[in-house]
Amino acid sequence: MMHLLYQIFIDPFVQMAGAPDLLVQTLWEGFVGGMLYALIALGFVLIFKASGVFNFAQGIMMVFAALTMVGLYEKGVPAPLALLLAIGVMYLLAVAVERLILRPLVNQPDIMLFMATFGLTYVLIGVGELIFGGSPKEVPTAQLGLPKGAYDIHAFGGLVSLQKIDIAAALIASIMVAALAVFFQKTRIGRALRAVADDHQAALSVGISLNQIWVIVWFTAGVVALATGIMWGARSDVSFSLQVIALKALPVLILGGFTSVPGAIVGGLIIGIGEKLGEFYWGPLVGGGIDSWLAYAIALAFLLFKPEGLFGEKIIERI
Amino acid sequence: MSERETLLSVSNVSLSFGGVKAISDVSFNIAKGEIRAIIGPNGAGKTSMLNVINGFYHPQQGQISFNGVMRKRMKPYEAASQGIARTFQNVALFKGMSTLDNILAGRALKMHKSFFWQMFRYGPALDEEIEHRKFCEEIIDFLEIEHIRKAPVGSLPYGLQKRVELGRALAMEPTLLLLDEPMAGMNLEEKQDMSRFIIDVNQHYGTTVALIEHDIGVVMDLSDRIVVLEYGHKIADGTPDEVKSDQKVIDAYLGVAH
Repeated sequence: MMHLLYQIFIDPFVQMAGAPDLLVQTLWEGFVGGMLYALIALGFVLIFKASGVFNFAQGIMMVFAALTMVGLYEKGVPAPLALLLAIGVMYLLAVAVERLILRPLVNQPDIMLFMATFGLTYVLIGVGELIFGGSPKEVPTAQLGLPKGAYDIHAFGGLVSLQKIDIAAALIASIMVAALAVFFQKTRIGRALRAVADDHQAALSVGISLNQIWVIVWFTAGVVALATGIMWGARSDVSFSLQVIALKALPVLILGGFTSVPGAIVGGLIIGIGEKLGEFYWGPLVGGGIDSWLAYAIALAFLLFKPEGLFGEKIIERI
Repeated sequence: MSERETLLSVSNVSLSFGGVKAISDVSFNIAKGEIRAIIGPNGAGKTSMLNVINGFYHPQQGQISFNGVMRKRMKPYEAASQGIARTFQNVALFKGMSTLDNILAGRALKMHKSFFWQMFRYGPALDEEIEHRKFCEEIIDFLEIEHIRKAPVGSLPYGLQKRVELGRALAMEPTLLLLDEPMAGMNLEEKQDMSRFIIDVNQHYGTTVALIEHDIGVVMDLSDRIVVLEYGHKIADGTPDEVKSDQKVIDAYLGVAH
């Protein structure tokens, strides 16, 4: 018994102190993963804020966007052009979603919209496979100007290896996250977006066009999906199994709050870093593999004590 | 009074939901610069009329012309961009946002700088934001709600929420301001404040006001002309004195033995 307690509460910290280079390495990998989670979560937050709907299709949008880019490249389109075309496709998708799903379902219960995003998921899987095939594809990182290789830094009494692609991913994710945060907090369109989320009727009465806002939001979520898909694809491959990663955004959202941009960032980092630390230091106790469920366990604990998340809007009801 | 120019005219408008007739063959006009009240018992079709005017509902029959232009089927945001602002019977504010953000949201149509600049909140977009902020601060001063500038409106008392809603409508610099029961649920003092604001808006900014209100005392004091609806029909139209002495109005309000 004492031994077990020692293994849980003391030994991991002894290890951390004993080999700081490994700790830094683990934290770095957690940070990169966390930034990417944050970016995925942001895609959900955008759509949740504007349409009040949890977009189940966000994961597949990420795959579909990256697949379009990589697929076009494989068909002989130069990589930068393929990237622009993929952005164009995400715009068309946003317009189509607004016309075919949101507009006909306006004023319907949220659950209907939620189910509609399930439908969208399967449409995108079908169309994606039909056009680009189901096999995993490699991201042309070099053609996109993404670096390869690693910086090996001798520090903390050992070796810390930073993959260049990870640095690029963290950098791009940080910039996008920061830009979106400012955009949605401080600008007219951001305000219009929050207005639409709060009260459709009132938003219409001050002259906000729901249709236009929805297209902007879905397009932005599509671009975020494209960036995440490429970044994540560059670390493995682009394949349909990537959408499982998008589910990790769920605990991130529960942690950060469904409506909060900073929440998505902090939640993403907590999940990303917590997962890596847990797996590396506590994983061996139970035979590893805890990174697949640790995030959900953290989220569950949060639901018990702080259901609106760290930064979510507290729901004020006057009686 | 009669020589005033007509701002909005409603001719022979009928609106029904399935078999239920909400408005039948109603005509009236609103003159530039006046305060026009629409009154009537519950279910008379007053709110439906406002919804028709600002484009939420589309009447099956009849025409509406605004500023001399015959209007086609139009969406609420198009009505808003032509200068029609409104408040709602049950306060439709953006509850999670602060007072200031709610009022700034009313400036949505006045901000034009491109998506690109807004993305970075830089350059022209920032100047624009500051300029509109100034305008909204003036409205906040005018409505005496400085102390709740940063408060999330969902937590405010009802009377103040109504005031914020008026502020948001004013931020649109409307030509025609539609107020749906601006004084419902208010105490005497709040009603007096609100009446003062409505008169000020009307006189200082020359905004035309159309309001629905149940407090007959307030309506008689405020309005230049009154339309009375009952079961979707217009039963009277005229100055407060004319309406007050109209037998049909007295019957509608006091009930009559049939």
